[in-house]
Amino acid sequence: MALDQAVKLCLNRTNLEEPARLPAPVISAENLSLTFQTNDGPVHALSDVNLTIEKGDFVSFIGPSGCGKTTFLRVAADLEQPTGGTITVNGMSPEEARKSRAYGYVFQAAGLYPWRTIGGNIRLPLEIMGYSKAEQAERVSRTLGLVDLAGFEKKYPWQLSGGMQQRASIARALAFDADLLLMDEPFGALDEIVRDHLNEQLLALWDRTGKTIAFVTHSIPEAVYLSTKIVVMSPRPGRVTDVIESTLPRERPLDIRDSREFIEIAHRVREGLRAGHVED
Amino acid sequence: MRSIVPILTVLLVILGLWYAAAVPLNAQWARDQAARADTTLSASQLVEATWNQDRPRLPTPHQVGAELWKTTFESCVEGRRAGSIECITHRRSLFPHMWTTLSVTLAGFAIGTALGIGLAVSIVYSRAMDMSVMPWVIASQTIPILAIAPMIVVVFNSMGIPGFIPKAIIATYLSFFPVTVGMVKGLRAPTHMQLDQMRTWNASGLTTFLRLRLPTSMPYLFASLKVAVAASLVGTVVGELPTGAISGIGARLLNGSYYGNTMMIWAALIAAAVLAAIMIATISLAERVTLKRMGLAQ
Ligand SMILES: Nc1ncnc2c1ncn2[C@@H]1O[C@H](COP(=O)(O)OP(=O)(O)OP(=O)(O)O)[C@@H](O)[C@H]1O
Ligand SMILES: [Mg+2]
Repeated sequence: MALDQAVKLCLNRTNLEEPARLPAPVISAENLSLTFQTNDGPVHALSDVNLTIEKGDFVSFIGPSGCGKTTFLRVAADLEQPTGGTITVNGMSPEEARKSRAYGYVFQAAGLYPWRTIGGNIRLPLEIMGYSKAEQAERVSRTLGLVDLAGFEKKYPWQLSGGMQQRASIARALAFDADLLLMDEPFGALDEIVRDHLNEQLLALWDRTGKTIAFVTHSIPEAVYLSTKIVVMSPRPGRVTDVIESTLPRERPLDIRDSREFIEIAHRVREGLRAGHVED
Repeated sequence: MRSIVPILTVLLVILGLWYAAAVPLNAQWARDQAARADTTLSASQLVEATWNQDRPRLPTPHQVGAELWKTTFESCVEGRRAGSIECITHRRSLFPHMWTTLSVTLAGFAIGTALGIGLAVSIVYSRAMDMSVMPWVIASQTIPILAIAPMIVVVFNSMGIPGFIPKAIIATYLSFFPVTVGMVKGLRAPTHMQLDQMRTWNASGLTTFLRLRLPTSMPYLFASLKVAVAASLVGTVVGELPTGAISGIGARLLNGSYYGNTMMIWAALIAAAVLAAIMIATISLAERVTLKRMGLAQ
């Protein structure tokens, strides 16, 4: 009897505690500040930024040039050290997160190595992280499929268009098991049509893989189309002026951009941007 | 085929200028001869005479060619077939001298390259090295090699180490510099973004070096190797001058000038140029193959 009860208690306890254990946010910033000391005096790239990104979120950062979007991603990626406040990534410090390879970072330029084939480029982080040869091959072909580049494994970067290179660099960030993707204007240099196409693919990929994505953009329609959450920022000092939760459904065909709801959200983003601008 | 036409054109122009220059340079002696024999020379006779003197100031290409043939394949004393092994390796043939120079050049080049790469790596990875060594590397090349070559040779001779080693040191001294400068530039060629990217993958310093810095520096390396091998050859020839001119292309140059034998000098110069061309062509080939395999040759 004693045993039975003990087991029951145990089970009860775990059952009780399960819903109470909140999933840790993927990125959590509190009063985060970063001031660059330059020859022309201090530059306040980030000032008292408070932000929480939950698991599975697609968060866009939008704001005028120099408002600290890149800086925020770089702080989260441990490429830049904050001068104030705290930030955690997967509940760890950015450095621990980087060392546990918690995120994939897609830079503004594709940055593929010219002396490696597309496959070789995607394989590079896998080689560095010590995946087995078989695993590398399997992941390369799988991620190439994810970004619609199957069959381009043996090509060199210069044999691909800019958009294809950018997709390859996304594949490279997807190849290892990071649940968080940090993307800094990955489609900035591409034309509208290619961009639409890549947006659709990225959204499908996000839906399929359940990854958390932090995405920097300059385009209001892109931000609204992709995001579950839009962070509006303003410069000097760089800070968050508005966080807009999107009410759009997860399933988003391209023509959702003509819907009332979409236009309303876009309007709110534009208002937020304008409000940040007036103070200049 | 397309690349051979411009090269041949330039070669023809050079030969033309060479023959043209031989006329005024050698004319005085031809006129003196004619005056002594109490004859006068027509223009065509003068040209003929200036192009075929025994001791010209400027020997013509065909004379240099003949001298080269004589001193390479036909250098035996008696009865040996031209081009036979005995002939080619004979003491009076140019080939053993070319080999002497080539072996020292290659040794100096190899050491210089290793030293240059080593220095470049330490300069790129250590700020202290960058601040302290780099200025000396540059200063080292402002000292004329002609000033220090005899010192090196004399010092080593007095220590009982003649020949190969001091000459190789001089060749090294000239050839490490372009490699150092080129590799410092090459190893620093990766962009901030590429270095950040390595960091996001938590790549170790060694990994970053092997997978990013080293491949990025390859085109720079080959460019500087070509300069370095030529510099190494110059260093070797300079090093051969003060050693008492026993063997090597430098020795032939010195002998030629002792005896006023301009054809010997020119033959030695051509031999040096041939050596340089062969070495640079070899490096170019290695470059082509490497860069092609790296996918960098588009
Ligand atoms: N390494 C640095 N040193 C000094 N100042 C910097 C550095 N990096 C960024 N800054 C400054 O910090 C501010 C924010 O830069 P950041 O790159 O984050 O802007 P951004 O929002 O990404 O702009 P953009 O949309 O143009 O990419 C800018 O004023 C910039 O000049
Ligand atoms: Mg930016």
